[in-house]
Amino acid sequence: MTTYTATVTVRLKRGVLDPEAETTKRALERLGFELSSLVSADRFEIELDAESEAAARERVTEMTERLLANPTLHDYEVELDHQ
Amino acid sequence: MTVAVIRFGGSNCDRDTVAALETLGVDATLVWHEDGLPADTSGIVLPGGFSYGDYLRAGAMAARSPILEAVREHADAGTPVLGICNGAQIGSEAGLTPGSFTTNQSARFQCEHVHLRVENADTPWTRRYDHGQVLTFPIAHGEGRFEIEEDELAALEADDRVIFRYCDREGNVTEAANPNGSKHSVAGITGERETVAVMMPHPERVSLDDIGPTDGRGVLRAFA
Repeated sequence: MTTYTATVTVRLKRGVLDPEAETTKRALERLGFELSSLVSADRFEIELDAESEAAARERVTEMTERLLANPTLHDYEVELDHQ
Repeated sequence: MTVAVIRFGGSNCDRDTVAALETLGVDATLVWHEDGLPADTSGIVLPGGFSYGDYLRAGAMAARSPILEAVREHADAGTPVLGICNGAQIGSEAGLTPGSFTTNQSARFQCEHVHLRVENADTPWTRRYDHGQVLTFPIAHGEGRFEIEEDELAALEADDRVIFRYCDREGNVTEAANPNGSKHSVAGITGERETVAVMMPHPERVSLDDIGPTDGRGVLRAFA
């Protein structure tokens, strides 16, 4: 068994309105910053033991599809590191 | 025969819903989600509130709790199931209905009265109303914007599964009368079976004589 750290990034699909990001962007502009766009995302760091990187990826992908992301709203990426 | 009103940690419209059902002569029972559904369950309400503190996404945690498996079995067998507000978020997260309810376009929590137009008066939830009738219901949500893929929305509309849309006082569906940025002003829909429905506005808050108008009774009479 190897210990892996999976980093799951869940973000809104392109075209889905993100009012929180818009509000954050406006707040930055009120502080005097110049920026063209702002996208927010959720990041989850998951530590797990698995037989192989493929097995770890499969389990984390299932976690993401069953809970962390909502397929109507989100795209996601899974990155794996082993220790 | 009883309507199970399922209480999660953070539900807060559960008792209101029981009171509203009882005023219509419908037997209703508060059910703690870990206790499972009563054997004589004849209807199910997923009530409003803030289950699990709205962590991750509103409704996401409750939708994965074991009692939702039992709710799904009942729904598939034809038992009437209604998700109101947080219950609508739970129902869509659980896949009882398509699409998703997410952050309001305003990025704010909105607590106000809205007008709803009855889009399909031939469902258990709307049979007591007329097609096109304008109702006044309260909303109270931060994540009520209905989002759905375009092709899924087209299919919903083609199948007449949109039961309520936000509208103005005269019944016109306009962007100005859309409180949260919902796609096509959708406020409530049915599942694949018309006996399953979710809606963001609160029928149980407009069902008691003591507190004013009773426009919401028609929805809850689906359980009568």
